[in-house]
This record gives sequence, C-alpha cells and structure tokens, in this order.
Amino acid sequence: MKARVLLSLILLCGGLAAPSARADDAASAAPAAPAACELPSYLLTSESQLPRVADAVKAGKPLEILVVGSRSTTIPASENSSYPARMEAVLKDKLPPPEVVHVSVEIQSKKTAEETASTFVKLMEAKRPTLVIWQTGTVDAIRSIDPDEFRGAVTEGVAALQSAGADVVLMNLQYSPRTETMISAQPFLDNMRVVAQEHDIPLFDRFAIMRQWNDQGQFDLFSPSRGPELAKQVHDCLGRALAQFVIDAAHLGPAQQQN
Amino acid sequence: MTIADQVTGSTIADAAGAKPRAAASAITLPAIGERELRLDLFRGLALWLIFIDHLPTSLLTWFTIRNYGFSDATEIFIFISGYTAAFVYGRAMLESGFVIATARILRRVWQIYVAHVFLFTIFLAEISYVATSFENPLYTEEMGIMDFLKQPDVTIVQALLLRFRPVNMDVLPLYIVLMLALPLILWSMKWKPDVTLGLSVALYVVTWEYDLYFSAYPNGFWAFNPLAWQLLFVFGAWCALGGARRMSRILASPVTMWIAVAYLVAAFYVTLTWYVPQLGHLMPKRIEQWMYPIDKTDLDVLRFTHFVALAALTVRFLPRDWPGLRSRWLRPLILCGQHSLEIFCLGVFLAFAGHFILAEVSGGPAMHALISLSGILIMWGVAWVISWYKRVADKSGAKTKNAVGNADLAGGG
Repeated sequence: MKARVLLSLILLCGGLAAPSARADDAASAAPAAPAACELPSYLLTSESQLPRVADAVKAGKPLEILVVGSRSTTIPASENSSYPARMEAVLKDKLPPPEVVHVSVEIQSKKTAEETASTFVKLMEAKRPTLVIWQTGTVDAIRSIDPDEFRGAVTEGVAALQSAGADVVLMNLQYSPRTETMISAQPFLDNMRVVAQEHDIPLFDRFAIMRQWNDQGQFDLFSPSRGPELAKQVHDCLGRALAQFVIDAAHLGPAQQQN
Repeated sequence: MTIADQVTGSTIADAAGAKPRAAASAITLPAIGERELRLDLFRGLALWLIFIDHLPTSLLTWFTIRNYGFSDATEIFIFISGYTAAFVYGRAMLESGFVIATARILRRVWQIYVAHVFLFTIFLAEISYVATSFENPLYTEEMGIMDFLKQPDVTIVQALLLRFRPVNMDVLPLYIVLMLALPLILWSMKWKPDVTLGLSVALYVVTWEYDLYFSAYPNGFWAFNPLAWQLLFVFGAWCALGGARRMSRILASPVTMWIAVAYLVAAFYVTLTWYVPQLGHLMPKRIEQWMYPIDKTDLDVLRFTHFVALAALTVRFLPRDWPGLRSRWLRPLILCGQHSLEIFCLGVFLAFAGHFILAEVSGGPAMHALISLSGILIMWGVAWVISWYKRVADKSGAKTKNAVGNADLAGGG
C-alpha cells in the first residue's frame, strides 16, 4: 500500500517536472535567438530620459558608456559574454554606422553602494563617460545594510555621477530564486526605485526582467548547472534588453532619428 | 465534534474546574465571554498568508492581502497576538499577581525561543546544502551569503542571541521581545490603559524621530523593529482590556466606515500602480515623494492606519456571533489560528521545504500550486492533531490544568 502511494507520488512529480524540462531544452536549443529574450514592453521602457546620450549621438560624438558593477556584472572566465559586452555589440549594431560606441566596465566586487559611491569623483575624472550604468544593491542586500543608509548612498552616488556630467541608469539586483530564502531583496529594490523616481533617471529592472524569464519558462534560473551556458544566455538577453532600454530612454530609435 | 462543541465544552470544563473563582480562566472572562472565534479565524488566515508569502511568487500570491494595500499578514498576526496575550495574561495578573503572571509569560517566551532556534537549525541545514550543491556561475555573487558558514562559531552564538536572523525568520524574535515586555505593559495597563497606549505611541514617535533600532549581526538592524511594532501589540492589548468596547461607538459610526473605505480604496489604487506600471503616471509626483518608501521595518504609519481601517471594517461587518464562524468551511482556518505558535513554525518550515522541492524537482506552476495546497493541508492536519491531542491530554490531566490556562489562546506566537 505504502509503496503504491509512494510510486504514484513519484509519477505525479515526474509528470509535473516534464513540461518544464521541455521548456529548458527549447531555450538551450536556440541560444542566440532573441525569442528567449522576449519581454513585455513596459520592462524595456522608462519615462525618464537620457538627454546627454541623445545629444552626444545627435552631435556625432562617440558614446562612452561606463558600467559600474559587481561580480554579477560578469561571468567568471567569459568576459566577452557578459552583459556589458553584449550591450556594446548590440548598440554598435543598432546605431547608425559612424557612431562610435565604447563600453568600459568598472567592477567593485564586495563593495556596498556607499563604498562604491565614494570612488565616483575620481572614477569620473578618469573616464569621463556620457552614460553611467550603475548596477548595485546585491552586496548591500547580502550584508543587510540599513535600507535608509542604502538609499542615502545611492542618492549621493547618483548626484556625484550627474554633477560630473553623465547620464545615469540604475540597475537593480539579479533575480535569484535559489537564494530567495536567504537574501531579502525587496527593501533594496524598493529604495532603488525611489531614488530613480526622485532623480528622474531610468531604472533598468533587472530583477523583474529575470523573474519574468524564469516565470515564463524561458530560462530555468533554479538550475544548479555548473557550466557557463545558462549564464551566457541570460547575459546575452540582458545585454540586448539593456541596449534596447538605453536606445528607448535616449530616443535613439529609428523613428526618432528621422526627425 | 464541531468547533462549537469544543468551545462550549471547554468553557463548561473551565467553569466547573475553577468554581469559586469562575473567572480564573481567560475563556470565561466576563467582559468577553467565550473564546473569540474571529481572532482565531483571522490569525489562522494570517498564518496561511504568511506561508504563501514566504513561498516564491505564484498565482496564489495574488490572493494575499499585501497585494491590495499597504499592510499584510504580519500586522494581523502581531495585533491579534497582543490582543490574546493581554486577554489571558491580563486576567492572570489580576487573579494571581504580577510575579505569577510574569513567570507564565516567561515560560511562553522560552517556548517561542526554542521554536526559533529549531527553525534556525533547519535553515542552517538548507543553506549548507545549497552552498555545497549549487554552483551556477550566474550567481557567484549571491553565493556571498554563504560567507557566514566560514565562521559558524560566531554565527551560531549570534543566532542564539537573536542578532543573526536569516530572511523569513524575523517574526519570532520580534514576538519574543514583545512578550518580554508584556509584564511591564500589563502592569501599566492595569494602572491606566490609556496612558499605556499613549506611552506606546510616544515610543513609536521617538523611534521614528531619532531612528532607534535593534542592531543585528553581521551588520544592519532587525527587519521588524520592535520599538516601532510594539505599537500594534500594545494597541491589541489595549483593545482586549476594554479599549475595543469603549471604541464601539466610534466603530459603529458611518463616518468611520466611510473614512476606512476611502482609505482602503486609495491604498488599493496605490498598490495597483506597483503592478500596472502604466498607471504610474496618473500618480502625482508630490504624493509619491511624500509617501515612499512605505517602511515595513518601522511599521510605517500608512501601514498601521491601513490595518486599523481593515480591522474597523471587519469588526463592523463580521459580528462576533456570525453563524459562519461555526461553519465547517472555516474550521481549518480557526483550528490553525488556535495553535498559532506550532502552525507558524510549521509554515516557515514548509516554506523552506517548498523552496527546496521547487529547486530540486521542478519549478513549474502546477508544482507550485501543489506545494501551496499541500502546505495548507499539512498545516490544517497538524492543527487538527494538536487539538485532538490537547483534548485527550486535558481529559486525562483533568481539572488541575484549568488554572494554568490555555497557552495557545495566550500565545499567538
């Protein structure tokens, strides 16, 4: 009797597991296909704008983009597949040919927003970017920094970047279902949204985007796989989404450029 | 045996047991009469919602109240816990004095503490497993959360001191601190309830004004600041000790009702803008800047008032003698609410286990629904077993037990 119950339970679980396994296969069969990257448009648009980026492109100046991030900005041992590199490739592809796009990356691993923000003045003097994409929050969430302090630090950082003459895009945490029971992301997501609203700057909602992919079955983010394949695909999609987001916020789309 | 039998049964038993001082048991508190099933019902509901909220988001999550306004199940839970704790131990303090009541409260605190340590052990097991088995390069950074495993000596001691508290394990430490303060609260309530409530409000204001907090390990602060959340607990206690009766005229007034309705609708609209970002531009920037962030750590005033508005409407439209309270359909909820400490811990454990299954077996929506559903069924089943056991034990323990009172009614934890 017991054995039969157990068996039917296992069969039930197997049956339920099967559809998601198939979804997995579909995703890995077409690694570069943008179909896997599909997102609802509200995740890719922002009411806030990037005037300096728009001006630079209009004036035909090179577009210098600086990504300030942490370890989740890169994939260990495959830098060229990380989202900043993918974004650069897509931007070069999408913007008209004479446009020069250069993306540099500044990794501040294991640093909180406050520690990172304190380096901004020097960093901006050295790099002079048109656009800074500041990805932050993960380290603060792991160390459960006071969200108020976090908000203060992000506010200061954004102010420093803006006063150095750059447009700013904020990027929040990764959606990480495995560590959901261990890292409390919500206060940090909320506070980044608040800062973005207060300063009228675009927020690239990496968390919601990755959750969307996971929920829709495009990627199985629970996967314990040790290989870099999944990471590469996700970063490819993130890079595409980010490029799209920047183009949209700076009104660089084909329609706008004709005007 | 229905709930009704159970309640009347135990009331009679209590009354018979403590004959000369019929009021000795909280259940026969003259002011309140028999066990307040609405409290059990909503505490049970809060426990289910906390369980669902602790699982990853799914379709079911849309049924939890945090998606429809500012406050969530935690508010319900803490308020009812304050209410029931004051109800039981307040009576004990009147009857047996400060020392005895304090001793009983401390015994309850100890139970909650042990439950917390038990949950921490399970959490440790889970996190250690993830640390050793999960090496997705996408998440190397998030794995930094495992760093504390490198110095378990410090971590475990800090956990025992309630300073290291993983995600989803914040409610019990808050509850422990609130219960520790309960003797003082009750003693002061006995003297002047309104002044006590006033002091509580003052502490809340001072906490906000001077940014007081409980520090945590390795850094940061408690996710539920007891200095702020005590307001809800004390408010619950104040209601239990006669405040609710004195407020009944205010509660019955249609003006109150319409204010509450208007506030709830406004809060619903605001929450709607979180999920339908297209609505965002209809929200005046001014109001946004004034309102955000709505702070859960320090029990934002918006959250507190949202809970009060909900409670006011509930009391108005759900009378204590509503026959539905005795219906078999609500019985699972009421049963869970009656054994809240056990069911709360079980819920946290089931949420851990649910995460684990979702990660190891499959993350599909069907599996998700199955886990949520079985979790709730397990909570119900265990609650049923506990009440069955209590009934049997009470029968054999006979009358000597009555004076001790019912820890579950009191605990809430």
